[in-house]
Amino acid sequence: MAHPIPAVQMRGIHKAFYGTTVLDDVDFEVLPGEVHALAGGNGAGKSTLMKILQGVYSMDRGTIAIAGQPVQINSIHEARANGIGMVFQEFSLVPSLTVAQNVFLTAEPLGRGGLISDREAVRLAREVFAEMEVEVDPKAVVADLGTAYWQLTEIAKALGQDARVLIMDEPTASLAKHETEALFDLVERLKARGISIIYISHRMDEVYRIADRITILRDGRRLLTEKLTDVTPEQIVEGIVGRKIEGLSYRHRGHETDAAPLLEATDLRAGSRVNGVTLTVRPGEIIGLAGLMGSGRTELARVLFGIDKLDSGEVKLHGKVVTISNPQQAISHGLALIPEDRRAQGLVLEHSVRDNLLLPLLDRTRKGPFLSATAARELSERLISHFAVKVDNPGRPVRLLSGGNQQKVVLAKWLGTEPDLLILDEPTAGVDIGTKSEILEMIRNLADDGKAVIVISSEYPELLAVSDRILVLRDGAVSADLPRRDIADEETLQLAVQGVHS
Amino acid sequence: MSHTVQKAPADAGTATASTSLMDVLKRVDWHRYVIYIAFVVVFLFFAVLLGDQGFLSSNNLLNILRQTATITVIAVGMTYVIACAEIDLSVGSVAGLASVSCAMAISNWGLVPGILAGLAVGLVVGTINGGLVSMLGIPSFLVTLGMLGIAAGVAQWITSSAPQPILNDTFNLTFGGGDFGPIPGLIVWAAVFVAVGAVVLNKTRFGRQVLATGGNRTAAEFTGIKTRRIKFQVLLISATVASVAGMLYAGRLQSGRFQWGAGDELSAIAAVILGGTSLFGGSGAVIGTMFGALLIGLINNGLILAGLDSSQQQVVRGVIIILAVALARKK
Repeated sequence: MAHPIPAVQMRGIHKAFYGTTVLDDVDFEVLPGEVHALAGGNGAGKSTLMKILQGVYSMDRGTIAIAGQPVQINSIHEARANGIGMVFQEFSLVPSLTVAQNVFLTAEPLGRGGLISDREAVRLAREVFAEMEVEVDPKAVVADLGTAYWQLTEIAKALGQDARVLIMDEPTASLAKHETEALFDLVERLKARGISIIYISHRMDEVYRIADRITILRDGRRLLTEKLTDVTPEQIVEGIVGRKIEGLSYRHRGHETDAAPLLEATDLRAGSRVNGVTLTVRPGEIIGLAGLMGSGRTELARVLFGIDKLDSGEVKLHGKVVTISNPQQAISHGLALIPEDRRAQGLVLEHSVRDNLLLPLLDRTRKGPFLSATAARELSERLISHFAVKVDNPGRPVRLLSGGNQQKVVLAKWLGTEPDLLILDEPTAGVDIGTKSEILEMIRNLADDGKAVIVISSEYPELLAVSDRILVLRDGAVSADLPRRDIADEETLQLAVQGVHS
Repeated sequence: MSHTVQKAPADAGTATASTSLMDVLKRVDWHRYVIYIAFVVVFLFFAVLLGDQGFLSSNNLLNILRQTATITVIAVGMTYVIACAEIDLSVGSVAGLASVSCAMAISNWGLVPGILAGLAVGLVVGTINGGLVSMLGIPSFLVTLGMLGIAAGVAQWITSSAPQPILNDTFNLTFGGGDFGPIPGLIVWAAVFVAVGAVVLNKTRFGRQVLATGGNRTAAEFTGIKTRRIKFQVLLISATVASVAGMLYAGRLQSGRFQWGAGDELSAIAAVILGGTSLFGGSGAVIGTMFGALLIGLINNGLILAGLDSSQQQVVRGVIIILAVALARKK
């Protein structure tokens, strides 16, 4: 069998930042019509390698060939001219423009007198979407659309500018299950058209589902490139983290099931998304909240934490009725919420790691009316080592940390307040598998210490790994209350969430 | 990512019989049209209330247009700056400095050097503003705040605070003092700036890149747009346009004076925001800006006719502007 000419061939790529080698002699190739997964822990060099391919960074040594032709890629523009398209993890559209305007940004079709023809752009965008076999209104303003449509628009943007190779970085991170399925169908169709896809994901099931081959990077070197039929998930995970991972499967933890409830919420109603939720959480218990997008999980968390107003219903903590109408009250009652979007809601990105950690703890670092720098340093050092945050200098902005470490800072920040009840909304979104297992282990340890934990997650394996009990939310109410031992596997949970009773 | 059609909000206007009028109104994005609604409402209000005081006379209406013209010109440039998520506070004093530079050059060297001197003020200030913002990354608010003082100070300094008369009739008639056919020249100038400004912002790649840079700079950068250059260019445009406005002041009032244009930056910003351009960048409407400027002119005129003194005018004007901007907010 003749070896086809690779769509992208990177050879001997070497890159160092300020004398630190980030990529060391890395080879990477993608065949036409291939989905090639790129895996590696935080700092393994995945994103640097991709940024070199996109023209964001220049390489120190190495060669790149596109469809067999050696090329120089020195700018984003040149990458695009060579048919490299990118679907970003952090969406990179202009929200105030329409879908069609975004798709053809900088490549607008020109009409009479060299002026932009938006009508032509709409027509061409329709063609691109038709080829993708999805329906998106090209005239809609991007800000008014849901994230799934943003992503389709990004893919259309790459295809509309004749990309032959698409880089997808965690494309399913913000998608619901059915949206993910639709994305996979689309990937299949793109493959059939000979478009190559470099797929970056921490989710092993997805990689197995759609990728043909996988390349694993570790510490800036290529560890292996294999067909997925030839490697086991355990080998991949071990390859990524360099050790065996244990935290990702369920471990039974004995906790007192008849302890007095810590939180009792009765018939909570708020806005249009929370329609009569009743739930009980005991100390030492981990409750998983499952549900589709829009089922009211996040809204329930916001109500419990006093961010959104409760219309009716009763909240009891330690058997006493309490009113929580703002986050300050929630914190003083021993609640902590670790929000979904850590960048927007959990961290002040430009502030230092230390300042972020101490924000909820300022009272404890006070001497008289002033903040004590020494107390602050000691407290933050303690939190950093306790939660194993990898940071060289706690005085540097938290923005510079990797996603996983940022999430640890958010966790550490709230755990520093020593809450009784912890609500975590998508605690492992966008973190690598090693950090994920650490975070799950952290959650278990907290529960073992007698804290009650509510975990909201769209990742069923994660919920199944950590929860003692799973509540399924549907249309703002609890539709099923399942003890962990009654859930046989992911499929059972999936069916419960979809509302199919077997 | 379902395969079903996502209905755009506009399509949703086809209400069934059971939906009330309120529902329909709620779904129409009327926030975008607030400026036009406000313009019509205020116009009708004054027409009814002040019809007897000559509000509707063609003379008065032309007056409103004439008085609004220079602000409109400045505001067209400002639309680009704000759509790009920057601000230019120096436009008013640039207009003043351009008016005196132009007047002094005309009396010393003649017509063409005068016009070039006026334009040069805009180009130089715009280059400095744009350079400091795009190269050094200093916020435009601070750069142009400093420039506001510098330009005003230089204008006062080089003239020793004295008005600089312009005796060149060609200049005075061309720059706002005369008429083009039946139409006052100032109105023609404003119309040209609005027309060119609207087409460039909506229909050229440059305009689109301004909006993209203002809407999401990272996205624009990753799409291959040179966002620094765009930021530089919008500030250059704004200062240059302001310098033309300064010459329009000079032509209409047959003199250059350091006070011309003082405070115009605030009227121009108000006109831009009233017109529906987002203060956070990413959207811009030059036609809206024109109506914003007209609304401000309308209010000024009406309040004078109504016999309010200037202190009362300021209060009422402020209230109306806050009200209109509050209504135009999306949420």
